[in-house]
Amino acid sequence: MNSHATVMNGQQTPAVGQPYTRNEAACHDLSFRVRDLNLWYGKNQALKNLNIDLFQKNVTALIGPSGCGKSTFLRCLNRMNDLIPSVRTEGLVEMDGLDVNAPKMDEVALRRRVGMVFQKPNPFPKSIFENIAYAPRMHDLVSRKAEQEELVEKALRDAGLWNEVKDKLHEPGTSLSGGQQQRLCIARAIAVQPDVILMDEPTSALDPISTATIEDLMDKLKEKFTIITVTHNMQQAARVADYTAFFHLGEIIEYNDTKVMFSTPAQKKTEDYISGRYG
Amino acid sequence: MSHSFDEISQQLKRRHRKSTRLKWITMGSLGLAGLFLVLFFADMLNKGLPAFQQAYIQTEISYTQEAETDGRQAFDEELLPLISRTVVRVIPMELRNNPDMIGTSEEQWVLANSEVDQYLKGHRHRLSEEEQEALDARVESGQVDLRFNTTFFGSGDSKIAENAGILSAVVGTIMTMIVTLAISFPIGVMTAIYLEEFAPDNRLTQIIEININNLAAIPSILFGLLGLAIFINFFGVPRSSPLVGGMTLALMTLPVIIISTRTALRSVPESIRHAGFGVGCSRWQVVRDHVLPLAMPGIMTGSIIGLAQAMGETAPLIIVGMVAFIPDVGVSFTNAATVMPAQIFTWAGEPEQAFVEKTAGGILVLLTILISLNAFAVVMRKKFERRW
Repeated sequence: MNSHATVMNGQQTPAVGQPYTRNEAACHDLSFRVRDLNLWYGKNQALKNLNIDLFQKNVTALIGPSGCGKSTFLRCLNRMNDLIPSVRTEGLVEMDGLDVNAPKMDEVALRRRVGMVFQKPNPFPKSIFENIAYAPRMHDLVSRKAEQEELVEKALRDAGLWNEVKDKLHEPGTSLSGGQQQRLCIARAIAVQPDVILMDEPTSALDPISTATIEDLMDKLKEKFTIITVTHNMQQAARVADYTAFFHLGEIIEYNDTKVMFSTPAQKKTEDYISGRYG
Repeated sequence: MSHSFDEISQQLKRRHRKSTRLKWITMGSLGLAGLFLVLFFADMLNKGLPAFQQAYIQTEISYTQEAETDGRQAFDEELLPLISRTVVRVIPMELRNNPDMIGTSEEQWVLANSEVDQYLKGHRHRLSEEEQEALDARVESGQVDLRFNTTFFGSGDSKIAENAGILSAVVGTIMTMIVTLAISFPIGVMTAIYLEEFAPDNRLTQIIEININNLAAIPSILFGLLGLAIFINFFGVPRSSPLVGGMTLALMTLPVIIISTRTALRSVPESIRHAGFGVGCSRWQVVRDHVLPLAMPGIMTGSIIGLAQAMGETAPLIIVGMVAFIPDVGVSFTNAATVMPAQIFTWAGEPEQAFVEKTAGGILVLLTILISLNAFAVVMRKKFERRW
């Protein structure tokens, strides 16, 4: 394992599995800095000593076999794990130089900056309009009706859903197809103008065509947002991700530029997984 | 070793017979339950429906001077055993209100005695031979009639059977239920929200949970004792009042509302909560904006059913003194009142035949209200049920 960061495409490659020397020049590009992160479900350790840097305005894919901890890790980034009573975490997850687990960090503020899209589309059982306008209104980003309408349109356009739903904004969000619902959830997430969007296997419940639409969308969204996605689908990681991290049994085995990772994996385990020998 | 179809069918025969037998037994028990229900309703309707009619007699009332002190003076001597004793007080009251009427007379339909009423309906009665003859003569001339019983629905209890009505009990029930709902709904729903959405899962909350579940199974009369000891003796809430009755029934309804609210909250999928947290809702915002609207139909149904249960309750109210003789229809939370089941209980203890009919009539009114409440709960559930 290469202990020194190498320079590639003019950008710092992230640290792999061990402490990463802070590079001031690259620091402003960082979205999350994770150091020695350990997590337990009761007595079960799910994440072991994770060290990783996640870059802004990029798509980072987390891959690995089921139960390897990639979704658990994703939920560490916006503290969704707080909702599970038995979870205990140790270590540093830093965003903007601030520890997200620090007592003074408000998880509501964190989740405003770090939005989330879930595996199964979960629109609120309200109208399409309300699905999007609800959160910005709650965060006082908009108040007047006209502002709300403007914001809803913008979010839906960004999510590539506007043309399909502009005539039925007041129909329930659940009346849409699965792929449309997932894009609605993405629109809902970007409506609060977060910095990061976490996606937990966003296409695993969708058909291939909807999957392709979402993948295209991720490619466009990374201009404005940092996207961290968990996927089971290695082809998807290869298609959409700039960086890929391979998780196995709660550890990050390898983390690299996606092209490098898929062409010349440094680790035997990664190669075995990518080539479909297990997983 | 293989078996032919014949051999297998031979074995199967016994199993098929067994399952057929079991099917008939289960259907039989359902049929039996249905039969009891039909018998119960038939009996109640048979006994209770006549209570909604009341005998009236047409006669000449002469408003003489004497009638101002004794209402009986206004009527024909031979009619007196047939008409209601209430005229003794009703006629003088009328005359005091309209002194001009003294000296006049008019034809009117007068409330008949309950014995006449029972005689006309073919029930047991205590009329003598002559009285029966006099009555038969009037029936033939069309001066006796069974009419819709406005007294039953329009007045309070009375010791005179033909003058007794259920209205004071209905009003008492409404007042009591208002108190019950006002106390148990907010406390119950809030408790359930806390336990389900906020409370950590530790030993203490588990003990609370077990206790709440057990509370729902406690004999209701114990709640009456609690109400007597705490509300009346300690807090000095006026006894027999809708306030104390409602508070006592609220204690009884609380576990029902808590349990049904928790079930409703639990049936809201976790993904909705995640969606809320994902866009940065606080816990309370998730509950208020996303979970509660979805759980509302379930909460409403549970509360209505809890309320219906409280409405049919008599035992705890006996202890707090709500089984009382209440002739006046009063709209006050602190004055003595009675409720429908208590009124039925009181009437059931009266020896007169006419009160047997009132008892069944009261049960019909109570049943009608309970069935409509339950139907309303079902309609609410169907209407607001949402799929996601």
